[in-house]
Amino acid sequence: MMDGFPLMPDLGLAWLDGSGEHADIVLSTRVRLARNLQGHAFGPRARVNDREAVFRETQGVLPRIQLLEDAVMQPLGELSPRTRKLLLERRLVSGELVGNGDGPGRGTAVVVSPSHPLNVMVNEEDHLRLQALLSGLRLQEAWGLVDRLDEELGQELPFAYHHEFGFLTSCPTNVGTGLRASVLLHLPGLVLTKEIGKVLEGLTQVGLTFRGLYGEGSEVVGNFFQLSNQTTLGKSEEELVDHLDRLVRQVIQYETQARQVLLRDASQVAEDKIWRAYGLLRFARSLSFEELMNLLSGVRLGASLKLLPGLRVYSLNKIMIFTQAAHLEEAAGKELSPSESDLHRAAFVRRILSTEGAVAPDPQTPNSPGDPAE
Amino acid sequence: MNCDGCGKEETVVHLTKMVDKEVRSLHFCHACAAERGLDPTTFAPSSPLSDFLAQMGGEGPAPAPAVKEVPEACGFCHLTFAHFREVGRLGCPHCYTSFESHLRGLLRRVHGGSQHMGKVYLTPDPTQGERLRRLEALRRKLVRAVEAEDFERAAELRDEIRTLEPVGG
Repeated sequence: MMDGFPLMPDLGLAWLDGSGEHADIVLSTRVRLARNLQGHAFGPRARVNDREAVFRETQGVLPRIQLLEDAVMQPLGELSPRTRKLLLERRLVSGELVGNGDGPGRGTAVVVSPSHPLNVMVNEEDHLRLQALLSGLRLQEAWGLVDRLDEELGQELPFAYHHEFGFLTSCPTNVGTGLRASVLLHLPGLVLTKEIGKVLEGLTQVGLTFRGLYGEGSEVVGNFFQLSNQTTLGKSEEELVDHLDRLVRQVIQYETQARQVLLRDASQVAEDKIWRAYGLLRFARSLSFEELMNLLSGVRLGASLKLLPGLRVYSLNKIMIFTQAAHLEEAAGKELSPSESDLHRAAFVRRILSTEGAVAPDPQTPNSPGDPAE
Repeated sequence: MNCDGCGKEETVVHLTKMVDKEVRSLHFCHACAAERGLDPTTFAPSSPLSDFLAQMGGEGPAPAPAVKEVPEACGFCHLTFAHFREVGRLGCPHCYTSFESHLRGLLRRVHGGSQHMGKVYLTPDPTQGERLRRLEALRRKLVRAVEAEDFERAAELRDEIRTLEPVGG
């Protein structure tokens, strides 16, 4: 266990690095397990002494958990509201753990590992939420990691378990495996070709559910869709993970086909729109987060189709995370009004794109379509 | 959690509402909830699960005969089944045994089954059945680890399987 939690600027950001399969389409893979300790009421009904006992028991076993040997257990109540929001923007904690308006509840904490893409939320809706968060499509790897952490923790802590219903959770929709595997996909091709409705409808019929960028109840922003398993009981963890993996690969194939249709039927329009989006990002002086996300979606598509040479997925991922409100305030070292945020956001994007941006191809290429020289 | 009305008593009503496009959570004790006209037993369901639960025993199929055996409240956390139907969250691990027969039906409808098929968690004194199911699950994992060429993990699993296997078996 180490101290100095708030001083680590890159903590928990390994999932941004653009590695992993299909990283241009799949931003990240997450697998989480919900676990509760015997003898204590679940989160929503837990009294202060339950919450404190869960905190103490977890803290007590951490030094014996190999996978978390250099991890930090940080009570959320000790952090400033901005730092809590930073963790939320990095997707290391949920809105529920941070607390809506009232601040975090007693005993809430997050355990973050600097050397593994693993973290544990303590005293959320369930006593423990173990999660692995990785870049790209890596469901089996994420499951393997969180499974090992679960094995280690389960040997030290008395988990609530029922011979028939499996691991017991506050909400009956999580009971059994307690497993929620989710993949964050960028699907502009399916949105532009208006196929997305059909695809999502099909997925809900085969046991998957979709959400926006920030999980449950959030809107779809920038053509990002989070797909996850709907049921948690009656199938093994491997079956749930493999099922999601198969379907995500199918969605990626549909998305790739949709992109080919765009390139075939509207290549000039597509290329123009992508470069315009890039131009705005590269030179704008003020950007709202929503506008940024919409432009970034076009630019991400361009990078993936190799229409914006030299632009890396990692740079785009970085822009997405570091231009959120709390990250901008952290960098500025002060609170920012919404209009100030827009200025800081645009400045950050310009700075990244000026050093890591696309290399514009020569406009006089002889074979350019519509070139007047032809 | 303290009551947002009087600041003292334990809260029983949890209200989430939108104020100027922001979600706010409010918590009230029985008395303060009643003052505000919030009756914890007549809340409109706010999530698909509570919608679903509200329909149960209402216009849905007739309740199973086992209903009589279901206690009013969980013996450990005192959550009533009626309250569970409103909030969609169980109170503690004991609720699953207190409301077992009710929950079995619910879980079948939500998940398509009620029998856990995943990892088997070994309590300090496992039954022979639990031991065997855990062995089975570990062997499945071993096959996957070998397929994925994760030999380090495979070796760990093999060791664990050995400790669980019956002597001479």
